[in-house]
Amino acid sequence: MKRLLTFAASAIALAASPLAAQDIAITGATVATGDGSDPIENATVVVRGGRVVAAGAGVQVPAGIPVLDGTGAWVTPGIFASITNIGLEDVGAVSASNDIDADDSPFSAALDVAPAINPQAQDFSYSRAGGVTRASVTPGAGSSIFAGQGAIIDLGADFDAVREARAFQMVEMGERGARLAGGSRTSSHALLRNALREAADLDDVGRLRTVTDNGRVRSGDDLSIDPRLAGRAEREGDVLLSRFDAAALVPALRGEQQLYVRVERASDILAAIALREEFPSLDMVIVGATEGWMVADRIAASGIPVIAAALRDLPASFEQLAATQSNVGRMVDAGVTVAIAQYDSSGEHPRNLPQMAGNLVGINNVPGHTGLTWGEAFAAITSVPARIAGHANEGVLRNGAHGDLVLWDGDPLEVSSAPVRVWIDGVEQPLENHQTRLRERYRTLDESQLPPAYRR
Amino acid sequence: MDRHYWKGGPAAAFTSIVALALTGCAAASGATGPETAAAPAASDASSEPYASTYERYPGVPTALVGATIYDGAGGRIENGVVLFANGEVVGVGDSSLTIPDGYLEIDGTGRFVTPGIIDIHSHLGDYPSPSVPAHADGNEATSPTTPEVWAEHSVWPQDPGFSRALANGGITSLMILPGSANLMGGRTVTLKNVPSRTVQGMKFPGAPYSMKMACGENPKRVYGGRGRMPSTRMGNFAVNRETWMEAQAWMERDNPSRDLAMETLAGVLDGEIGIQNHCYRADEMALVLDMADEFGYQVSAFHHAVEAYKIADILAEHDVCAAVWADWYGFKMEAYDAIPENAALLHNAGACVVIHSDDENGIQRLNQEAAKAQADGIRMGFDISDADVIGWITLNAARAMGIDEMTGSLEEGKMADIVLWNGDPLSVYSRPEMVWIDGALMYDMNNPLMRPVSDFELGQPGEGDVK
Repeated sequence: MKRLLTFAASAIALAASPLAAQDIAITGATVATGDGSDPIENATVVVRGGRVVAAGAGVQVPAGIPVLDGTGAWVTPGIFASITNIGLEDVGAVSASNDIDADDSPFSAALDVAPAINPQAQDFSYSRAGGVTRASVTPGAGSSIFAGQGAIIDLGADFDAVREARAFQMVEMGERGARLAGGSRTSSHALLRNALREAADLDDVGRLRTVTDNGRVRSGDDLSIDPRLAGRAEREGDVLLSRFDAAALVPALRGEQQLYVRVERASDILAAIALREEFPSLDMVIVGATEGWMVADRIAASGIPVIAAALRDLPASFEQLAATQSNVGRMVDAGVTVAIAQYDSSGEHPRNLPQMAGNLVGINNVPGHTGLTWGEAFAAITSVPARIAGHANEGVLRNGAHGDLVLWDGDPLEVSSAPVRVWIDGVEQPLENHQTRLRERYRTLDESQLPPAYRR
Repeated sequence: MDRHYWKGGPAAAFTSIVALALTGCAAASGATGPETAAAPAASDASSEPYASTYERYPGVPTALVGATIYDGAGGRIENGVVLFANGEVVGVGDSSLTIPDGYLEIDGTGRFVTPGIIDIHSHLGDYPSPSVPAHADGNEATSPTTPEVWAEHSVWPQDPGFSRALANGGITSLMILPGSANLMGGRTVTLKNVPSRTVQGMKFPGAPYSMKMACGENPKRVYGGRGRMPSTRMGNFAVNRETWMEAQAWMERDNPSRDLAMETLAGVLDGEIGIQNHCYRADEMALVLDMADEFGYQVSAFHHAVEAYKIADILAEHDVCAAVWADWYGFKMEAYDAIPENAALLHNAGACVVIHSDDENGIQRLNQEAAKAQADGIRMGFDISDADVIGWITLNAARAMGIDEMTGSLEEGKMADIVLWNGDPLSVYSRPEMVWIDGALMYDMNNPLMRPVSDFELGQPGEGDVK
């Protein structure tokens, strides 16, 4: 494996602009494409111009492309980590470094993580070193059921992390939402409906023209900023949301922006699904769904995808009484599209996603459990979350997909394996970080000549 | 999340505290036995308070045949045999070991056998599921020093977490600690992971007590935030030292009246109660070791010792275990320098490594956490055997908890606390297949009736489901 350890990251500092993509072919490796299929032995992956050209057995390596012998290694797409806080904090308990929740903010739905994301946060590089190449980043709900708007990022070592700003709106509709709404689910449901109606009122195009003359405001991506965000502050009527928050909900109401609804309890899931009867254009994703297996057929019938924790099995709250590690497998078997994401404890991070997925393979050997096949489990942390996020060309190795590769020293779902090299859009990434530097500094404790502080 | 900042952890050593404290007192004062016995405490001292009522459940003489055995003490046997009967390990050996008549033979071909997994840092029962405020019984956060509280008086035996730890983690023994809001959080309790109506029915017979202590951010944050001492790390040490001096003075008194706090502290100073010290930073651990020297006690283990790798030599020299996570990091300032190679660097320096959970989910996967920590070390170029790694979650934990003479390894005469795994326990794909505690089968993957269900779960969604 030593021959694979050739990339020397010379600098931890981020490049001011993205590094150049390099064409590469990796041969002789075990390749998992991330599309749900089984791994392919002795296969080849070709990346040119930052995009995957081909992946599989019998792939011809185009002439003139640098070839890396991947014998003994695995090659996969990068992990797509859903619902993370990557780049929003340095240290969770150091509030000045933590931009996840905005407990005291006057705003809610209008909160937007995009300008707060810091690619230099160590979590960025730790996750990248763990093979995470793409992620969704969500704010936490601080003062309202609306947490605000999340983004889709890549984890390249540059300052251009945000690939899609305001990709989704996050709303809490379970126990936490009820507390935030004033103490009851009755209130969170009333608040949600009221907020969407306020947004609908604002969405009156004719009135819009009288309010502002700014026209479309360009944001540099596919999703235009609603012009009212740049317009006047007044509006009429009896309203609970600030104008800014109500306007921020317009894209979600129209179905132009995904609405991530966090619910755990079976009955809460059904109540969320029922929202579409009142607001047919909502493009919902259910987040959580710890008791999803109990209503899996109805989730499947709704077509709403789910982002669920893999390993919850405790009645951690009264909305999770039926928790089981078979939850994901049972939902998948019922036809639900399910991505895995779980960061429940202080110790669970995006780089642990392969371990979580691996556990869902392992439980297949326990009678009564319903797990995932290896291919399904790996897809649940790569192509499936990418597809749910609307980024179907990420998390997968196929012609035209982003050239996000991870070269592993073994089965990526096995706890003993780790990434050896990582590429994003064909650009090889540095894997050094604060942890790797500490590791090397303290490899020896010898201070007979000078203290460790002089070892760099 | 906040709860995690408060939870701290540790593990250690003794039993009849009251008797201890009096003994220590008597020794220091020169008082004779009869006077001591006549003291009010003596009647309590005559029998251990809140004594264990646990008795092993029935088992049959059993032979596990053909599995790969990790004995917990660094040994590995291919195609081995483990014999146990009457609650004890009878023999461990290779395929030449004779199986006595009357033993139930279980085919372990393709499977693995380890000692029962031990978690030195758990809050099951004192922070049980469901995690509602009415269940938050882990921190007596009303004073920075509460040596007088005993974790066992908070343990809810119906916590569904115990069964998950058994079925998914192969946990047979565990130490329940008070949280880490306080400098001195109170007494720990060591349990056998058997379902019981009472905590006494779970208490590990003969296990020594430990006292939980906590360094660093938590105590100073909790109390400093209320405008009282300690509000700084130096305040932490001052309060600790003054409390130890108070205990020394109490021990020198003639016929002191009973004092729960002093009894526990005296037990520590007498060496009969261990110290399980939540402590993240290397520099603070080094200071704690000096404090232990100043007052004459031994630290059993530093818990959450994320910077232990920086002082692996000092920890090895002081014979103090470091109980660590495999790869937790970053959730608080004192965890900023956590690295995944912590355990491996400690092991490489000859220090005692324990992998702990501090988490009702993590306790279900200590085997996987240990495997991650091993792999990170191997990638550094260290030679860390699978057999040694199993020791991180068995015998080393038992040692730091003071129960290593009784359990933690597969040796003749020790408790038959055993896990049969359906594959390599250091693989993400493996699970416990059967778990015995004192030779009694307490979990069988293939038998839904051998899956304990707590009272809380009866009649609820998911009752008796695979978990």
